[in-house]
Amino acid sequence: MKYLVATVVIALMFACAPDKPVNTEEKPDINQSAVEAITDPTKGIGAVKNVTLNTPLEQDRVKRGLSIYEMKCLSCHKLDETRIVGPGWKDITKKRKPEWIMNMITNVDVMLEQDPEAQKLLELCLMRMPNQNMSIGDARDVLEFMRQNDGEK
Amino acid sequence: MKTNVLYRILTVMVVFAGLVVWQGCKPKAPASVSMGDAATKTYVPPGKYDEFYNVVSGGFNGQMSIYGLPSGRLFRIIPVFSVFPENGWGFSEETKPMLNTSHGFVPWDDLHHIALSTTKGEHDGRWAFGNANNTPRVARVDMKTFKTMEILELPNSGGNHSSPFITENTEYVVAGTRFSVPVGDKTDVPISTFKENFKGYISFISVDPTEGEMKIAFQLKTPGVSFDLARAGKGKSHGWFFFSTYNTEQAYTLLEVNASQKDKDFIMAVNWKKAEEYIAAGKGEKVKAKYAHNVYDESSHTSTSEMMNEVLQLDPAVLKDIIYFIPCPKSPHGCDTDPTGEYIVGSGKLAALIPVFSFTKMQQAIANKEFEGEFAGIPVIKYEAALHGEVKKPGLGPLHTEFDANGNAYTSFFVSSEIVKWNVQTLEVLDRVPTYYSIGHLSVPGGPTAKPHGKYVVAYNKITKDRYLPTGPELTQSAQLYDISGDKMKLLLDFPTTGEPHYAESIPAELIMPNSVKIFKLEENKHPYAALGEGQAKVERKGNEVHVYMTAIRSHLTPDNIEGVKLGDDVYFHVTNLEQDWDVPHGFAIKGANNAEILIMPGETSTLKWKPLSTGVFPFYCTDFCSALHQEMQGYIRVSPAGSNVPLKFSTGKIEDQSSGAGQ
Repeated sequence: MKYLVATVVIALMFACAPDKPVNTEEKPDINQSAVEAITDPTKGIGAVKNVTLNTPLEQDRVKRGLSIYEMKCLSCHKLDETRIVGPGWKDITKKRKPEWIMNMITNVDVMLEQDPEAQKLLELCLMRMPNQNMSIGDARDVLEFMRQNDGEK
Repeated sequence: MKTNVLYRILTVMVVFAGLVVWQGCKPKAPASVSMGDAATKTYVPPGKYDEFYNVVSGGFNGQMSIYGLPSGRLFRIIPVFSVFPENGWGFSEETKPMLNTSHGFVPWDDLHHIALSTTKGEHDGRWAFGNANNTPRVARVDMKTFKTMEILELPNSGGNHSSPFITENTEYVVAGTRFSVPVGDKTDVPISTFKENFKGYISFISVDPTEGEMKIAFQLKTPGVSFDLARAGKGKSHGWFFFSTYNTEQAYTLLEVNASQKDKDFIMAVNWKKAEEYIAAGKGEKVKAKYAHNVYDESSHTSTSEMMNEVLQLDPAVLKDIIYFIPCPKSPHGCDTDPTGEYIVGSGKLAALIPVFSFTKMQQAIANKEFEGEFAGIPVIKYEAALHGEVKKPGLGPLHTEFDANGNAYTSFFVSSEIVKWNVQTLEVLDRVPTYYSIGHLSVPGGPTAKPHGKYVVAYNKITKDRYLPTGPELTQSAQLYDISGDKMKLLLDFPTTGEPHYAESIPAELIMPNSVKIFKLEENKHPYAALGEGQAKVERKGNEVHVYMTAIRSHLTPDNIEGVKLGDDVYFHVTNLEQDWDVPHGFAIKGANNAEILIMPGETSTLKWKPLSTGVFPFYCTDFCSALHQEMQGYIRVSPAGSNVPLKFSTGKIEDQSSGAGQ
């Protein structure tokens, strides 16, 4: 039993340490997220629950979204429909809910584990989309750029 | 699951029991080398963390290594003073300046001691300092990135052994020379003129309290002896520093005999606050000296080397009250201050007792001028006047002492291969355990600080024969972990180490782990050759230099087809890793490279220089297995004869129409 006590003590010591890698037996938030996913599976899994889209497009977001795309996304995503490493972005905003897109960008590891649509893409591309360390604000900017790419004004 | 863990523990215990039996027939190995519950005390189950980071010097590998305690698992080797082809340290264009010295590029050194930064005498988890014993230098490693950020060379030093010990608030890192040498304008002298021409120097290196940047604040010109180890005062003795000396005989040949003549050498007590007063009063002398100061910049991922040309010196033979000598038997190695700062323990490696000096008595002796004479113009305090007492018959060859939080000291004994626990106040020996074999330094977590964390002591042994599976004439170096939480010390674990660890410090994981950097942000990358996005990938020619701005992301390099390079060109591959996720480095290697590979961390840019020596098409590829398509992460560069008219061009994913004659 002694080792169990020691384990508990060590576990307690690190309870407050941030960014602890996920142990197999404890995966925070996933169950909670999964419940929400069931309520609207087309929105994906993650912190983004509702996105309000405005018309006309928010041009400052489009501009920021483009520069993020060039730095972090362009290596794998073309702006037309051709797939290189990942799918081309043409018409993505017509195929996916804005929440799904933003959750895919900001919560990619959980999405690839649990979201059926994300899993289909993984089977197609055989390359896990990387976590590119983007905030929800960054993802919203990229979404606005995608809308422009899809012809919205 | 539970039974599985129990089964594993049982297995480990059986192996331990087996070792006990096996060791039974070896000389000097007592049957009770480890206790029954040792396995559970060092077993860290899969997915769990160690309690301490153990920062260990690499000795002759010139590096630091990071282990976990109590498991003894090796996590990382940090290149410091030696080139490291595994990740390109000292080979990449960005890191070459880090190893620059006044002697040019020095690719190797001997890293002996570690000092972890402290605030108010307690570990603060910011930096680890290491010393270069051969070509005298001090390095600073950032504990957020586990990367060497700065290396400062030390002029007027013959070998930086008495280093990198630090003051209570990391105001200074000290560097005392092991070899006294002739300095200044008169260096071409007969070796036999040692007493006349050879000097020892102690450098006090100031450390910027926020950025950590090091600078030689001043040097003390001291008599020509050898400095071995040192410790700062703390608490009541803050403001003082204590150095062990040997070869006060001032021998210059066969030191084994000639430097072991005297019954007592000295502990040198330095009042560095007094030195600061003299400097403030303008008493320092600026002296010409050539030494390199190398700094790594995290935003440009690039280092620079600056050659410095003068140093401020003080002469304690003239400027009184900076230094005093205290006699100490016999060729002292360790010179360790207890957590309160009152007691200074001298460990004479040829002595059969341990003298413990009292800071309070030393101050009284200075006030009352209780001196037995002078050595090279420096007052020598009477031994008894500064002595708290002696630990009688502790063992043979005391080397180094650390402390727990309960008033106990732990001293290593090289000659008698043991650790002895004794009480600092009463000087009574409380316990002793054997080590296997010939222990050098030992390390208690927080042992040199004002607030020891205790729990364990680690022995760093010099000889390991019969402890591990043999590997030819060269055997692994060994560390041994002992539990010191009870009255009796208990051996828990042997673990092999890399290089030759001389000294180590351990620090609770929670002081390091939350600050550990996971990625470098692309948005903050200021490298002049960074390609921050695949659209910026390109190839440029500047005379005979070809600069490839390359990007790497799972799983392709851009550009991956390059033509127009000619014999005689120097090709620079500036590779930016566009990943922004933890634990996704990419590597880059090219056929025939005369240097190494480079490993590029997420968001970092690193440069490998390549000089093709023949024409043809040369492959390059990613060396760090990054994805299912890692094996596809590759490319070609074409080298044409000098003067050829093949145009410079580059691409990725472009299929050329051969019927048009493209590429001909």
